[in-house]
Amino acid sequence: MTAHISLSGSKFAIEDGETVLECLTRNGVHVPHACCAGVCQSCLMRATDGEIPAAAQAGLKPTYVNQGLFLTCQCKPVGDMTLCPVGGGELDVPVQVADRVMLNHNVLCLRLGLEKDFVCEPGQYITLKNRAGVARSYSVANDPESDGYMELHIRLFPGGLMSDFLRTEAEVGAQMIIRGPAGNCFYVSDDAGQFPIVLAGTGTGLAPLYGIVRRALAKGHTGPIRLFHGALREADLYLVEQLKRVQGVHGNFSYIPCVLEGEAGRYYSCGHIEDMVMASLAGDKQAIRLFLCGAPEFVKSLKQKAFLAGVRSSHIHSDAFLPTKNVATAA
Amino acid sequence: MTTLYDKLGGAAAIDQAVDIFYRKMLADDRVSGFFDDTDMDRQIAKQKAFLTMVFGGPNKYTGKDMRSGHAHLVARGLNDKHVDIVIEHLGGTLKELGAADADIAAVAAIANGARDDVLNR
Ligand SMILES: Cc1cc2nc3c(=O)[nH]c(=O)nc-3n(C[C@H](O)[C@H](O)[C@H](O)COP(=O)(O)OP(=O)(O)OC[C@H]3O[C@@H](n4cnc5c(N)ncnc54)[C@H](O)[C@@H]3O)c2cc1C
Ligand code: FES
Repeated sequence: MTAHISLSGSKFAIEDGETVLECLTRNGVHVPHACCAGVCQSCLMRATDGEIPAAAQAGLKPTYVNQGLFLTCQCKPVGDMTLCPVGGGELDVPVQVADRVMLNHNVLCLRLGLEKDFVCEPGQYITLKNRAGVARSYSVANDPESDGYMELHIRLFPGGLMSDFLRTEAEVGAQMIIRGPAGNCFYVSDDAGQFPIVLAGTGTGLAPLYGIVRRALAKGHTGPIRLFHGALREADLYLVEQLKRVQGVHGNFSYIPCVLEGEAGRYYSCGHIEDMVMASLAGDKQAIRLFLCGAPEFVKSLKQKAFLAGVRSSHIHSDAFLPTKNVATAA
Repeated sequence: MTTLYDKLGGAAAIDQAVDIFYRKMLADDRVSGFFDDTDMDRQIAKQKAFLTMVFGGPNKYTGKDMRSGHAHLVARGLNDKHVDIVIEHLGGTLKELGAADADIAAVAAIANGARDDVLNR
């Protein structure tokens, strides 16, 4: 039996093994999407009728689940479904570009002013949308509630849709939209904040980690906190002075920049960030909480190595910055 | 009758068992290749459901799930030898958790019962 999906008076047949996103896109219906992996939540729709497979709601907040929202990229229908697009006002939070400054040659620090309260933990991610409907995930580098603005660190890729928009059009004062937050990569203080924390990120993977470090320190975390930031060249590092300052103030915090193509004898370590992180995982691995963010291959590989070395799977929090994957449209 | 799941300590024990079991699987190059392109977090969630089932805990596993969940692996060469290895590592995991030999044999029997579904026969 072929399942059908109904949307705004049209009916589409699901082909074998197809997701709702693939089916709609194939039929020329535009559904925003980015990761196609159930992570970024830019592809949300609502089902008003029909069964939603559990996999299509994995990781969604309970309020979303209760409203029948689901991820179209993860939804392989098991029967007929009736859908409606998610209306603009319900999930969208308007924001305004409050400040923009380059942190190095290609990382933009974007500060967004919030008109409404937006509760999120530093280290979670939000979906940022522009006027053209391009939606991309970015991690939150600060605590928006106490700062009154949200800080994102965005690597600008030549030819990237959001990158180009941010480079040329997102002036101070420009209106944008955010949604979310999502993700489990944030600081939870239990055990009186004594456990050791190791954080490792490549590129703008530093954004969530910077947020997590500051949150942990603000909460009075007493266990050792080690932050590894991996970069190809020295010029790809950023926030170096700020992090050195934090290190000077907090005796339990160490900042270890790792440069792959660096020179010996400088303030950073030379070599591969994975090796340096693994070498640091000495002692009681059961207690370590590990936070990994950035390039997907890096996150996946280090996660597995650390797990095999004895770090508990429930103590590994990670966000892989998955690149955009475009679904085939109507020919 | 108390199940092995209860004897070991319920959901908390599953968290511990899944780490031991999945580490054994990943470290064994006779089977680790089957996990190459899978996301570790999702794998762990699936293994938890599997261990809960073979330990006799509350689960929603069906033969149909077993079949569809492994069809792509069968296409990549999953066979009886690999199922034997899974059962071997299940036993090793339970030994580390201090389970009795009789319980280990019972778990092996449950896992064996899923063999045909897993191999899509
Ligand atoms: C959970 C999550 C959190 C994220 N957090 C952040 C964050 O905090 N900061 C951040 O900068 N990004 C983050 N990303 C990545 C971000 O969502 C976008 O993928 C990225 O900004 C590129 O978007 P774009 O529209 O500029 O480029 P796209 O239009 O998506 O891509 C177009 C072209 O840009 C180039 N490009 C894009 N991505 C890459 C890449 N990874 N490597 C090489 N070339 C590339 C390629 O040429 C590509 O064809 C996150 C992603 C996820 C899933
Ligand atoms: S979650 Fe569906 S496209 Fe990212």
